[in-house]
Amino acid sequence: MVQKKVVIKNKTGLHTRPAATLVKLAAKYNSEFYIMKDGMEINGKSIIGVMTLAAEQGSTLQLRFDGKDEKVMAKAIVELFDRGMDDV
Amino acid sequence: MMYSKTVKNGMITITGVPASPGIVFGKSYCYLKKIIKVDKSSILKNAIPQEVVRLEHAIERSEYELKKIISFAANQVGKTEIKIFEAQILILQDIILLEGIKSRIKNELTNAEAVVDSEFSKYQSIMLNAKDEYLRERAHEVEDIKNRIIRNIQQEKLTSRIDKNVIVVSEALTAGDTILFSRNKILGFATDGGGITSHSTLLARSLQLPAVVGLKDITKNINHGDLLIVDGYDGIVIIRPNEETIEKFNYEKTRHDNFEKKLIPLRDQPATTLDNHTVSLTVNIEFMDEIPIMLKQGAQGIGLYRSEGVLIGRDSIPTEDEQFTEYEKLASTVAPHRIVIRTFDIGGDKIFSEQNDEENPSLGWRGIRISLDMPELFKTQLRAILRASTRNNVDILFPMVSGFEEIIEAKKYLSEIKDELQNKNIPFDKNIRVGSVIEIPSAALLAGDLARELDFLSIGTNDLLQFVLAVDRNNERVSKLFNRFNPGLLRLISQIITQTKSENKKIAMCGEMAGDPLATTLLIGLGLDEFSVIPDILPEIKKIIRTITLKDAKEIAKHALTLSTSAEIQNYLQDELQKIIPDIPLSH
Repeated sequence: MVQKKVVIKNKTGLHTRPAATLVKLAAKYNSEFYIMKDGMEINGKSIIGVMTLAAEQGSTLQLRFDGKDEKVMAKAIVELFDRGMDDV
Repeated sequence: MMYSKTVKNGMITITGVPASPGIVFGKSYCYLKKIIKVDKSSILKNAIPQEVVRLEHAIERSEYELKKIISFAANQVGKTEIKIFEAQILILQDIILLEGIKSRIKNELTNAEAVVDSEFSKYQSIMLNAKDEYLRERAHEVEDIKNRIIRNIQQEKLTSRIDKNVIVVSEALTAGDTILFSRNKILGFATDGGGITSHSTLLARSLQLPAVVGLKDITKNINHGDLLIVDGYDGIVIIRPNEETIEKFNYEKTRHDNFEKKLIPLRDQPATTLDNHTVSLTVNIEFMDEIPIMLKQGAQGIGLYRSEGVLIGRDSIPTEDEQFTEYEKLASTVAPHRIVIRTFDIGGDKIFSEQNDEENPSLGWRGIRISLDMPELFKTQLRAILRASTRNNVDILFPMVSGFEEIIEAKKYLSEIKDELQNKNIPFDKNIRVGSVIEIPSAALLAGDLARELDFLSIGTNDLLQFVLAVDRNNERVSKLFNRFNPGLLRLISQIITQTKSENKKIAMCGEMAGDPLATTLLIGLGLDEFSVIPDILPEIKKIIRTITLKDAKEIAKHALTLSTSAEIQNYLQDELQKIIPDIPLSH
């Protein structure tokens, strides 16, 4: 299991479009992927779940990856957060 | 503000907001959002596969319906509306959600619709409780998609085909509803909710169907099939009208129809007075969809394009290229006429969802204030506007200017971007005209100074009136004071016009007053150069201008400025207007 902490950088937070980008990337890997914020945990591969998090700019998220490709997956997902969800 | 209701012998009259002009009589068709009844029932173990298939079919069917709405909508509404449906499709494709529903069907031996209802409601209630307004709005979309799936599980196909020749009465109409209705021959709309800028209103206007919105409780006062009159001129709806009322509205309808017939030949005529004084007559618009009706009405360009139209329904600021595409499309469509692009006039809450707690947003962080505080946002927009200006028909307008310094600062950014584009050899109009909205009293008093630095000014009467009178028009207790014929306001407007003209600059008006037939003669007399109005009213304003002389208008304006109360001014202007055009159907 791999655990990471990320901060939302892009202005709009995890709204519809960035949420879709995240879920699409997550779907490429086999490991389980969970996101925790303010005591709520959701499946990172579910768009409705990610939308429900209401993660705004500046908020901190705990990520948990569990599975065979957990390391590569964690790296790719953390990089996406660092790039501001590719949301221009 | 305008809502009122009277009941007399079973006949109910409700006043709301006039959304699309015209008078229509017909039977009501109550399109109430069907409350879907979901019964929870147990299923047998061997019925699980069948239950899962029902779910899968319903999902497929829902996706098909949404895609069909999107393809139909592409020609009718803006891209932003389509995004809402696309987000719903993403939810339908959420494998985790779907697998969760399937496993609950199996483990709890419960019917598909009950599990769908419970799963979606879980997310919905989290969203509804969120602090974030954006997320609360998304909850309605989740409701929509939930209902669509459940309806499809129950194999109850969406009733998109409704009776012909009816007036649709509803709580509120979504863009999707309006699009479905537009394929049927319906006579008009009347809704509980909605404002004049909502998308279904714009659609009603472009389809030229009479509509009244903001009726609050019409759906609770009407039965399916009741006779109904919708008066989209005055925003009145009458349920179960008596003979006398029907006759009265028939007469009104004939009067309007006859008057409008006379306006058709004016379409290609200039807005010139009998003594050869010509002014510009342009329109205020916010969306691309309004272009066809604007052209049909014979407008000489767009006097106010509210660029925040590109932000609506989005969750991020559009990029420079996205903005450019929109502005370029508008500029090329209206060419050779002009388009005045007003830079974003929105509160901070619309851009950054976390900053929506201003106590007094209309006096707060909005318009040019945000633009100057957020140079990157401002520069991106200026770059997009300049790139769209290659036909030399684009003007820039700054909103919420309170003084000279803001103009200097905004112009500094503009020349910076001009240099940048020049260095990159990107073409643009080097002589692009720049103006400011005059809507803050300090700017009104400084009109001469501002005009010296700018190419034109445009009076925004709605905010100016609210600030000059210190009246919040949405506050029912004081809204009766909100009268555009207030003598103080008129004297201020007269002063703005005189000061601007003494600098030899053009003066326009883009507020509601420019489209009030009672004010037309007065404004011509005061020397206004351009009237920017909503497309519906344009032919009528032109008719008035073509029936008066500048000489008489000046006399009328001079006299109006001597009167001390709103009522005196209004009565005087009404008498004068009826002298010139006896058959003009004035609002009540």
